[in-house]
Amino acid sequence: MTFYQLTFYFFASVVVLAATAVVTVKNPVKAALFLVLAFVGASGVWLTLQAEFLAIVLVLVYVGAVMVLFLFVVMMLDIDIAAMRAGFTRYLPLGLVIAALLAGELVFVVKGTFSGEEFSSLQMLGADYSNTKALGAVLYTDYVLVFELAALVLLVAMIAAISLTHRKRSASNKAVDPAIQVVVRKEDRLKIVDLKSEKRVSS
Amino acid sequence: MIPLAHYLVLGAILFALSFIGIFLNRKNLLIILMSIELLLLAVNMNFIAFSAFLGDLGGQVFVFFILTVAASEAAIGLAIIIVLFRNWSTINVTDLESLKG
Repeated sequence: MTFYQLTFYFFASVVVLAATAVVTVKNPVKAALFLVLAFVGASGVWLTLQAEFLAIVLVLVYVGAVMVLFLFVVMMLDIDIAAMRAGFTRYLPLGLVIAALLAGELVFVVKGTFSGEEFSSLQMLGADYSNTKALGAVLYTDYVLVFELAALVLLVAMIAAISLTHRKRSASNKAVDPAIQVVVRKEDRLKIVDLKSEKRVSS
Repeated sequence: MIPLAHYLVLGAILFALSFIGIFLNRKNLLIILMSIELLLLAVNMNFIAFSAFLGDLGGQVFVFFILTVAASEAAIGLAIIIVLFRNWSTINVTDLESLKG
Protein backbone atom coordinates (compact mmCIF):
# COMPACT_ATOMS: atom_id res chain seq x y z
CA MET A 1 0.00 0.00 0.00
CA THR A 2 1.47 3.32 -1.03
CA PHE A 3 1.49 6.47 1.09
CA TYR A 4 -1.15 7.95 -1.22
CA GLN A 5 -3.58 5.10 -0.57
CA LEU A 6 -2.76 5.15 3.13
CA THR A 7 -3.67 8.87 3.25
CA PHE A 8 -6.99 8.26 1.55
CA TYR A 9 -8.01 5.34 3.78
CA PHE A 10 -6.89 7.19 6.91
CA PHE A 11 -8.96 10.29 6.14
CA ALA A 12 -11.90 8.21 4.88
CA SER A 13 -12.03 6.26 8.16
CA VAL A 14 -11.77 9.52 10.12
CA VAL A 15 -14.77 10.87 8.19
CA VAL A 16 -16.87 7.74 8.72
CA LEU A 17 -16.05 7.41 12.44
CA ALA A 18 -16.64 11.11 13.09
CA ALA A 19 -19.96 11.02 11.20
CA THR A 20 -21.05 8.00 13.26
CA ALA A 21 -20.16 9.90 16.44
CA VAL A 22 -22.08 13.01 15.29
CA VAL A 23 -25.35 11.10 15.02
CA THR A 24 -24.91 8.96 18.16
CA VAL A 25 -23.33 11.07 20.93
CA LYS A 26 -25.58 12.46 23.65
CA ASN A 27 -24.08 15.91 24.06
CA PRO A 28 -24.76 18.40 21.20
CA VAL A 29 -21.45 20.17 21.91
CA LYS A 30 -19.59 16.90 21.32
CA ALA A 31 -21.67 16.33 18.17
CA ALA A 32 -20.59 19.75 16.86
CA LEU A 33 -16.94 19.00 17.63
CA PHE A 34 -17.17 15.61 15.88
CA LEU A 35 -18.73 17.39 12.90
CA VAL A 36 -15.61 19.58 12.82
CA LEU A 37 -13.50 16.40 12.75
CA ALA A 38 -15.65 15.03 9.91
CA PHE A 39 -15.09 18.21 7.90
CA VAL A 40 -11.34 18.09 8.48
CA GLY A 41 -11.28 14.44 7.34
CA ALA A 42 -13.33 15.28 4.25
CA SER A 43 -10.89 18.08 3.50
CA GLY A 44 -8.08 15.50 3.58
CA VAL A 45 -10.00 13.22 1.22
CA TRP A 46 -10.51 16.13 -1.19
CA LEU A 47 -6.76 16.78 -1.10
CA THR A 48 -6.17 13.26 -2.43
CA LEU A 49 -8.51 14.21 -5.30
CA GLN A 50 -6.29 17.23 -6.09
CA ALA A 51 -9.02 19.71 -5.20
CA GLU A 52 -6.78 21.88 -3.02
CA PHE A 53 -8.82 25.06 -3.19
CA LEU A 54 -12.05 23.43 -2.03
CA ALA A 55 -10.20 21.51 0.69
CA ILE A 56 -8.91 24.80 2.11
CA VAL A 57 -12.30 26.48 1.67
CA LEU A 58 -13.95 23.63 3.57
CA VAL A 59 -11.62 24.14 6.52
CA LEU A 60 -11.79 27.94 6.43
CA VAL A 61 -15.52 28.38 5.82
CA TYR A 62 -16.94 25.36 7.61
CA VAL A 63 -14.59 24.78 10.51
CA GLY A 64 -13.77 28.47 10.83
CA ALA A 65 -17.20 30.03 10.46
CA VAL A 66 -20.19 27.68 10.26
CA MET A 67 -19.12 25.32 13.03
CA VAL A 68 -18.21 28.23 15.33
CA LEU A 69 -21.75 29.52 14.72
CA PHE A 70 -23.10 26.05 15.58
CA LEU A 71 -21.07 25.91 18.79
CA PHE A 72 -22.23 29.38 19.82
CA VAL A 73 -25.87 28.39 19.35
CA VAL A 74 -25.45 25.02 21.09
CA MET A 75 -23.90 26.72 24.11
CA MET A 76 -26.49 29.52 24.19
CA LEU A 77 -29.46 27.16 24.31
CA ASP A 78 -30.23 25.39 27.56
CA ILE A 79 -31.79 22.21 26.23
CA ASP A 80 -32.94 19.08 28.00
CA ILE A 81 -30.83 16.34 26.43
CA ALA A 82 -32.68 13.46 28.14
CA ALA A 83 -36.05 14.45 26.64
CA MET A 84 -34.41 14.82 23.24
CA ARG A 85 -33.02 11.31 23.42
CA ALA A 86 -36.42 9.70 24.03
CA GLY A 87 -37.18 7.22 21.24
CA PHE A 88 -33.51 6.93 20.27
CA THR A 89 -33.43 3.13 20.63
CA ARG A 90 -36.97 2.80 19.28
CA TYR A 91 -36.03 4.26 15.92
CA LEU A 92 -32.57 2.67 15.76
CA PRO A 93 -33.62 -0.60 14.00
CA LEU A 94 -35.80 1.17 11.41
CA GLY A 95 -33.10 3.75 10.77
CA LEU A 96 -30.41 1.09 10.42
CA VAL A 97 -32.51 -0.95 7.98
CA ILE A 98 -33.33 2.04 5.78
CA ALA A 99 -29.74 3.32 5.85
CA ALA A 100 -28.39 -0.15 5.02
CA LEU A 101 -30.83 -0.40 2.10
CA LEU A 102 -29.85 3.05 0.87
CA ALA A 103 -26.11 2.44 1.17
CA GLY A 104 -26.49 -1.06 -0.34
CA GLU A 105 -28.34 0.28 -3.38
CA LEU A 106 -25.82 3.07 -3.90
CA VAL A 107 -22.86 0.68 -3.60
CA PHE A 108 -24.58 -1.76 -5.99
CA VAL A 109 -25.02 0.96 -8.62
CA VAL A 110 -21.48 2.27 -8.12
CA LYS A 111 -19.92 -1.18 -8.42
CA GLY A 112 -21.95 -1.93 -11.53
CA THR A 113 -21.46 1.33 -13.38
CA PHE A 114 -18.23 2.99 -12.29
CA SER A 115 -15.82 0.07 -11.87
CA GLY A 116 -14.51 0.20 -15.44
CA GLU A 117 -10.89 0.65 -16.51
CA GLU A 118 -11.32 4.37 -17.26
CA PHE A 119 -12.28 5.03 -13.61
CA SER A 120 -9.54 2.93 -12.04
CA SER A 121 -6.98 5.64 -11.43
CA LEU A 122 -6.70 9.38 -11.22
CA GLN A 123 -4.63 11.32 -13.71
CA MET A 124 -1.85 12.94 -11.71
CA LEU A 125 -1.42 16.61 -12.46
CA GLY A 126 2.05 18.15 -12.40
CA ALA A 127 3.45 20.38 -9.67
CA ASP A 128 3.08 23.42 -11.95
CA TYR A 129 -0.70 22.93 -12.18
CA SER A 130 -2.63 25.34 -9.98
CA ASN A 131 -6.10 24.17 -8.97
CA THR A 132 -7.01 27.62 -7.62
CA LYS A 133 -5.95 29.32 -10.86
CA ALA A 134 -7.89 26.86 -13.03
CA LEU A 135 -10.97 27.18 -10.84
CA GLY A 136 -10.76 30.96 -10.91
CA ALA A 137 -10.44 30.94 -14.70
CA VAL A 138 -13.81 29.20 -15.11
CA LEU A 139 -15.47 30.84 -12.10
CA TYR A 140 -14.98 34.39 -13.39
CA THR A 141 -15.80 33.65 -17.03
CA ASP A 142 -18.31 30.83 -17.60
CA TYR A 143 -19.95 31.01 -14.18
CA VAL A 144 -19.72 34.74 -13.46
CA LEU A 145 -23.49 35.29 -13.32
CA VAL A 146 -23.99 32.35 -10.96
CA PHE A 147 -21.10 33.68 -8.88
CA GLU A 148 -22.90 37.03 -8.50
CA LEU A 149 -26.09 35.15 -7.59
CA ALA A 150 -24.18 33.28 -4.87
CA ALA A 151 -23.09 36.61 -3.45
CA LEU A 152 -26.74 37.70 -3.45
CA VAL A 153 -27.75 34.49 -1.63
CA LEU A 154 -25.20 35.23 1.08
CA LEU A 155 -26.46 38.82 1.39
CA VAL A 156 -30.07 37.64 1.73
CA ALA A 157 -28.99 35.07 4.32
CA MET A 158 -27.17 37.73 6.30
CA ILE A 159 -30.15 40.11 6.28
CA ALA A 160 -32.53 37.27 7.19
CA ALA A 161 -30.38 36.04 10.09
CA ILE A 162 -29.95 39.54 11.51
CA SER A 163 -33.60 40.56 11.16
CA LEU A 164 -34.78 37.27 12.69
CA THR A 165 -32.66 37.49 15.81
CA HIS A 166 -32.61 41.28 16.28
CA ARG A 167 -34.39 42.36 19.47
CA LYS A 168 -36.75 45.31 19.20
CA ARG A 169 -35.97 48.09 21.68
CA SER A 170 -38.29 48.19 24.67
CA ALA A 171 -40.02 51.29 26.09
CA SER A 172 -37.83 51.28 29.17
CA ASN A 173 -34.69 51.61 27.07
CA LYS A 174 -33.46 55.20 27.37
CA ALA A 175 -30.84 54.97 24.64
CA VAL A 176 -31.13 57.58 21.89
CA ASP A 177 -32.21 56.29 18.49
CA PRO A 178 -29.15 56.58 16.22
CA ALA A 179 -31.39 57.49 13.28
CA ILE A 180 -32.53 60.63 15.11
CA GLN A 181 -29.04 61.24 16.37
CA VAL A 182 -27.40 61.42 12.97
CA VAL A 183 -29.92 63.79 11.35
CA VAL A 184 -29.66 66.36 14.11
CA ARG A 185 -28.70 69.84 12.88
CA LYS A 186 -26.83 72.62 14.59
CA GLU A 187 -29.93 74.87 14.61
CA ASP A 188 -31.91 72.36 16.71
CA ARG A 189 -29.63 72.51 19.67
CA LEU A 190 -27.46 75.60 19.52
CA LYS A 191 -28.64 79.19 19.86
CA ILE A 192 -26.19 81.99 19.16
CA VAL A 193 -26.97 85.06 21.20
CA ASP A 194 -25.55 88.45 20.27
CA LEU A 195 -24.35 90.12 23.46
CA LYS A 196 -23.02 93.63 23.66
CA SER A 197 -19.62 93.92 25.16
CA GLU A 198 -19.47 95.60 28.57
CA LYS A 199 -17.78 98.97 28.91
CA ARG A 200 -14.98 99.14 31.43
CA VAL A 201 -15.76 101.48 34.22
CA SER A 202 -12.78 103.72 34.78
CA SER A 203 -12.28 104.78 38.33
CA MET B 1 -4.09 3.98 -7.08
CA ILE B 2 -7.56 4.56 -5.71
CA PRO B 3 -10.45 3.86 -8.10
CA LEU B 4 -13.44 6.18 -8.40
CA ALA B 5 -15.69 3.56 -6.81
CA HIS B 6 -13.96 3.95 -3.43
CA TYR B 7 -14.74 7.66 -3.31
CA LEU B 8 -18.35 7.01 -4.35
CA VAL B 9 -18.75 4.30 -1.69
CA LEU B 10 -17.36 6.71 0.91
CA GLY B 11 -19.95 9.25 -0.22
CA ALA B 12 -22.71 6.63 -0.01
CA ILE B 13 -21.69 5.57 3.51
CA LEU B 14 -21.57 9.19 4.65
CA PHE B 15 -24.99 9.84 3.11
CA ALA B 16 -26.51 6.78 4.82
CA LEU B 17 -24.95 7.69 8.19
CA SER B 18 -26.37 11.20 8.14
CA PHE B 19 -29.68 9.70 7.01
CA ILE B 20 -29.71 7.55 10.18
CA GLY B 21 -28.87 10.71 12.10
CA ILE B 22 -32.14 12.33 11.06
CA PHE B 23 -34.02 9.17 12.11
CA LEU B 24 -32.35 8.80 15.51
CA ASN B 25 -32.34 12.42 16.56
CA ARG B 26 -35.75 13.31 15.21
CA LYS B 27 -36.51 15.40 18.31
CA ASN B 28 -33.41 17.55 18.35
CA LEU B 29 -33.47 20.31 15.75
CA LEU B 30 -29.77 21.05 16.19
CA ILE B 31 -28.61 17.51 15.39
CA ILE B 32 -31.00 17.40 12.43
CA LEU B 33 -29.33 20.55 11.08
CA MET B 34 -25.90 18.96 11.60
CA SER B 35 -27.07 15.83 9.76
CA ILE B 36 -28.18 17.97 6.82
CA GLU B 37 -24.70 19.50 6.71
CA LEU B 38 -23.27 15.96 6.57
CA LEU B 39 -25.67 15.02 3.75
CA LEU B 40 -24.43 17.99 1.73
CA LEU B 41 -20.83 16.97 2.48
CA ALA B 42 -21.53 13.48 1.08
CA VAL B 43 -22.97 15.00 -2.10
CA ASN B 44 -19.96 17.30 -2.42
CA MET B 45 -17.67 14.29 -2.08
CA ASN B 46 -19.30 12.68 -5.14
CA PHE B 47 -19.15 15.92 -7.11
CA ILE B 48 -15.42 16.36 -6.49
CA ALA B 49 -14.64 12.69 -7.21
CA PHE B 50 -16.41 12.85 -10.59
CA SER B 51 -14.86 16.23 -11.34
CA ALA B 52 -11.36 14.85 -10.72
CA PHE B 53 -11.82 11.59 -12.61
CA LEU B 54 -13.57 13.13 -15.63
CA GLY B 55 -11.20 16.11 -15.77
CA ASP B 56 -14.03 18.63 -15.71
CA LEU B 57 -13.79 21.61 -13.34
CA GLY B 58 -17.54 22.22 -13.51
CA GLY B 59 -18.09 19.80 -10.62
CA GLN B 60 -15.76 21.76 -8.35
CA VAL B 61 -17.47 25.03 -9.27
CA PHE B 62 -20.77 23.40 -8.33
CA VAL B 63 -19.36 22.32 -4.97
CA PHE B 64 -18.34 25.93 -4.42
CA PHE B 65 -21.95 27.02 -4.87
CA ILE B 66 -23.28 24.17 -2.70
CA LEU B 67 -20.95 25.34 0.07
CA THR B 68 -22.33 28.87 -0.31
CA VAL B 69 -25.94 27.71 -0.10
CA ALA B 70 -25.16 25.36 2.82
CA ALA B 71 -23.52 28.18 4.76
CA SER B 72 -26.50 30.49 4.29
CA GLU B 73 -28.89 27.65 5.14
CA ALA B 74 -26.99 26.99 8.39
CA ALA B 75 -27.02 30.68 9.30
CA ILE B 76 -30.77 31.09 8.72
CA GLY B 77 -31.58 27.73 10.34
CA LEU B 78 -29.66 28.63 13.50
CA ALA B 79 -31.32 32.05 13.58
CA ILE B 80 -34.74 30.37 13.40
CA ILE B 81 -33.72 27.96 16.19
CA ILE B 82 -32.71 30.90 18.40
CA VAL B 83 -36.02 32.68 17.79
CA LEU B 84 -37.89 29.43 18.50
CA PHE B 85 -36.03 28.96 21.76
CA ARG B 86 -36.63 32.59 22.77
CA ASN B 87 -40.40 32.28 22.25
CA TRP B 88 -41.12 28.71 23.37
CA SER B 89 -38.03 27.79 25.47
CA THR B 90 -37.75 24.50 23.58
CA ILE B 91 -36.35 23.19 20.33
CA ASN B 92 -37.87 19.75 20.73
CA VAL B 93 -39.59 18.96 17.42
CA THR B 94 -42.51 17.20 19.14
CA ASP B 95 -43.31 20.33 21.17
CA LEU B 96 -43.54 22.54 18.09
CA GLU B 97 -47.08 21.67 17.16
CA SER B 98 -48.87 25.02 17.13
CA LEU B 99 -49.50 24.72 13.39
CA LYS B 100 -51.32 21.39 14.02
CA GLY B 101 -49.49 19.86 11.08
